[in-house]
Amino acid sequence: MTMESTNLTINTLKKMFKEGKRFDGRKLDNFREIMVSYDVSNKAEGSARVKVGKTEVIAGVKLAPGTPYPDSLDKGNLMVSGDLLPLASPRFEAGPPGFTAIELPRLLDRAIRESHMIELDKLVIKEGEKVWTVIIDVYPLNDDGNLIDVACLAAVAALKKAKIPELDENGIIDYEKKSEKPLPLAEGILPTSISFFKLGDSIILDPTREEEEACEARITFGVSNWNGQRMINSCQKSKAATFSSEEIESMMKMLPGKFDDVNEKLKKFL
Amino acid sequence: MINKRGDGRGLTELRPMMAKVGIIPNADGSAMFAFGDTVAIAAVYGPKQLHPQHMQNPSTGILRCVYDLLSFSVYDRKRPGPSRRSQEISKVTEWALSPVLDLKGFPNQVVDVQIYIIQADAGTRTAGINAASMALAHAGLPMKDLICSVACGKLDKEVVVDLDKHEEDFKEGEGATDFPLAKFATSDEFTLMQLDGKIPPERVKEVIVAATEACKEIYEVQKKALKEVVNE
Repeated sequence: MTMESTNLTINTLKKMFKEGKRFDGRKLDNFREIMVSYDVSNKAEGSARVKVGKTEVIAGVKLAPGTPYPDSLDKGNLMVSGDLLPLASPRFEAGPPGFTAIELPRLLDRAIRESHMIELDKLVIKEGEKVWTVIIDVYPLNDDGNLIDVACLAAVAALKKAKIPELDENGIIDYEKKSEKPLPLAEGILPTSISFFKLGDSIILDPTREEEEACEARITFGVSNWNGQRMINSCQKSKAATFSSEEIESMMKMLPGKFDDVNEKLKKFL
Repeated sequence: MINKRGDGRGLTELRPMMAKVGIIPNADGSAMFAFGDTVAIAAVYGPKQLHPQHMQNPSTGILRCVYDLLSFSVYDRKRPGPSRRSQEISKVTEWALSPVLDLKGFPNQVVDVQIYIIQADAGTRTAGINAASMALAHAGLPMKDLICSVACGKLDKEVVVDLDKHEEDFKEGEGATDFPLAKFATSDEFTLMQLDGKIPPERVKEVIVAATEACKEIYEVQKKALKEVVNE
C-alpha cells in the first residue's frame, strides 16, 4: 500500500522545506488551486467533484428511508463511507480495506457530524419509526496527496446540492418525481478539514503525494463555524513522529486563517 | 461557577487510578491500568520473528498493537472481533507508543502488544496506552521514556480532565468534547491527539497544559507499579 520515499527525496524535501521552498513553487502553508463541479451522477441526491491540484475526489449523497437508532429516535442517521479504488493510484490495492481506507471516512464522519451541518432532527419521517439515512460516499479518482482535506470539500459540496427525494403513498421513494426539497442544512456551517504535515521541524499544508509520503506525521483538524465562532470539531494525529506543545500552539494560530481561506475558495462554487 | 461533574470531582482531577504490573505470567510483559471504572489490560509478546516475511523490516524491529473491547465490557454486548473503531484505535495506539521504543537491535522482528478493555467507562484508549506503556517497560524493551495518556475535554465551556461515560454524553451548551492525548512522561512530545466535539483553536493550549499536569500524576502511578514488580 505504501511506496516508500527514498532517503534522497526525504533529505532533499527536508532541506527545501527548511528554506521555505517546494518543488511546485508554493509556500509551505499554501493550498493548491481548488476547483469544484457538480452533478457527477444524476442518480445521486447530490454529488460533486473536487480537484485540488492533481488530486481529484468525487462524492455522492444518497438518502434512504430507514429505522432510527434506539438512542436517537427523533433524528435521521448519517453514514460516511468510501473506497480507495485501484483506479485512482498504483498505490491502492484491491481487497479488504487498508488502514487509510478505514481512516478517511471515519475522519469525514466526525468532521461533518460534530459540526452539526446536517440538521438530523429535521430528517424524521415518522418519529421513532422511520427516518432518513444520509449516506455520503467518497471516491478518489486521482490521488496526488492530501486526500482527507479534498474528500471533505467534495462531501460538503455534495451535501450542499442534495435534495430529499419524494415518497409515494406506500412510503417508497419515487424517483420519477423530481424533488426540489433541499437537505436541511444549518445556515453558515461548512465543516472543513485542514491537515498539517510534519517533516523534520517543518510543517506544511496540502502536500502532493510525494511530499506526503516523505512526511513523518500528520494532524487533521475538522473545523467549522458555530455561533459565529470557529470551532475545532475533530482531530487526529497520524504516524509516529511527535509534536511539541509549541508546535501545537503555532498550528492553532494558523488554523483560523487557513480555515477562512479554504472556506472562501469553496464558497465561490456554492 | 457550578461544578458540572457528576461525581463531584474538580475540573482537572483524575478519577482514582490503579495500576499493576505482571498480571499475565505467560507474557513477556504485562500490566493493568484503571481510571475509575475503566479497566484496561495489556500484554507484550516479543521481540519475535515476524510473519508474514514480507512485512519484515531488515533495519529495525516493528511494533504491532491490537486494541479491542471485550464483549461484556459495555452494556450493549459488543460483537467479538475487530471493528473499524477498534482498528483505528489500534493504529493510533501504535503511533502513540512507537516513538519511545528503540527496536533497531531487533531487525526483522516484531513486538506484539495486545490491549483489551475489561470494563469500559470512557477513556478506554488512554487507559490502554498507559497499560501498554508499562507492559513494554516490564518486558525490558529499550525505551527512551514511558508514555502517559489521558482523555481531556470540555463540558460546555469548562476544560476538564478524564471524562467518564456520563460526562461524554453531556449535552448542554457547547456539549462534551473528548480530546484524548498521549505524551512522553518526561518531555514535551505529544504522540497521540484525537478530538471529537467543539473547541475554539485558542483554547487548545489550556487542554495541553491540563494534560501535561495530569500526565505527571499518571507517570507516578506507573512508576510505582513498575517498582513494585521489581521488588517482588
